[in-house]
Amino acid sequence: MTHRHFQDELDTLKARLVAMAGLAESAVRTAVASLLERDAGKARRVVEGDRAIDALEMEIEDRSINLLALQQPMARDLRMIAMAMKISSDLERVGDHAVNIAEAVNWLIESPLFPITPEIEEMTRLVTWMLKDALDAFVRADSKLAREILTRDDRVDELHENSFRILLTHMMEDPRKISAGMDFLLVSGNLERIADLTTNISENTIYMLEGRVVKHHAESADAAGA
Amino acid sequence: MSDAIYVPAGPVELETRDLSVHYGEVPAVQGVSIKIPDRRVVAFIGPSGCGKSTLLRCFNRMNDLIPGARVLGEAIFQGSNLYGPGVDPVDVRRRIGMVFQKPNPFPKSIYDNVAFGPRINGYRGSMDELVERSLRRAALWDEVKDRMDASALALSGGQQQRLCIARALAVEPEVLLMDEPASALDPIATQKIEDLIYQLKQDYTVVIVTHNMQQAARVSDFTAFLYMGDLVEYGPTQGLFTNPKEDRTEAYITGRFG
Repeated sequence: MTHRHFQDELDTLKARLVAMAGLAESAVRTAVASLLERDAGKARRVVEGDRAIDALEMEIEDRSINLLALQQPMARDLRMIAMAMKISSDLERVGDHAVNIAEAVNWLIESPLFPITPEIEEMTRLVTWMLKDALDAFVRADSKLAREILTRDDRVDELHENSFRILLTHMMEDPRKISAGMDFLLVSGNLERIADLTTNISENTIYMLEGRVVKHHAESADAAGA
Repeated sequence: MSDAIYVPAGPVELETRDLSVHYGEVPAVQGVSIKIPDRRVVAFIGPSGCGKSTLLRCFNRMNDLIPGARVLGEAIFQGSNLYGPGVDPVDVRRRIGMVFQKPNPFPKSIYDNVAFGPRINGYRGSMDELVERSLRRAALWDEVKDRMDASALALSGGQQQRLCIARALAVEPEVLLMDEPASALDPIATQKIEDLIYQLKQDYTVVIVTHNMQQAARVSDFTAFLYMGDLVEYGPTQGLFTNPKEDRTEAYITGRFG
């Protein structure tokens, strides 16, 4: 008894989630590009594009609730739908952080030139890479890759702490740099949050694929208890 | 043993060891070993013909009544073999009660339906009290207390089923077997039966066969999935329905079978 209708609905849900993931990833890329290139046009595109991401979040939520109510899914189907809801709200937050970065860029363009620290450049590279891989892991059902992503978050946290220190030093040395320094700090903080959300997405992907909870170090706690 | 077959940590009420049942040449249940914990609800699920009802019937020797049925292996209740020499099936059925798919009240009054078993067993206490207690446990008392002399056949299907549960409880069994107890009932009557099962596990071990997976998920603590006479997987209900260990279980509960 394979119900084709249900399978079609599941495939559509997954396709919408992939579409949303694509939009969120490109929002982050464009926001980062607008920062590196001081491009106000790109920053504006990110802000405008967020509406489409929000609309997809609502659509995915709606589809998921309907599937839960009407099909009573079990096992991997149930995990897929529950995680689609969680991943879509994480992606929606990723979109919001991209908007925050783009808005900070608008201020930065108007302030006197402030060198972009290598830490922030390294963070943007790492975060977009994590996000792209997290989405690939989801699409390709690759839990090995999803696990690998979890290990990258520590490096982003470290870079964020370093930028905080460096920016603080700049700001203390020259109060005229405070405004731009704060904006860069905001950018760094938003990148760090995107890395955290990417970690969540990977953890939820692992749960969806394996039925195993890995967040909050549950897996290592399990192994220690066993 | 495979980790797909759960072994209870606490007291075991019912158990089978390498149990097989044949109807003529055809094996209906093959080498099933399962332990049912005390005062829990265990659901048997699986497609039609998987052997779940046959396995259930072994626990109160109802298969004895089917011509050509042969039972091999052991079915154990509180440590002793139900098929051992000298075991009286009638006594087994008193201690292990059963409720069937279609409500089957006797064409008698509500009162007499509940009092029927205890009378045959020569019950010596207050019959009125026993009838009331049984009807209360079956969550039917409030609906019938003013018309105990009315015919049981005048009750609705859902009420008749709860009357049959009251009748089974009146002989004070230790285990209640239920074979599709709600499949002939509407959703509201079904919900009452499910609520009742939830309450009954305080005092009884309940084993339920159901075609309705959502029902198994709602009412049971443990679920066993049978397929073509084999016990494929048995474990805590929540785990079995969210993350089954066996591919055949996954395929069945997600509706991707065959």
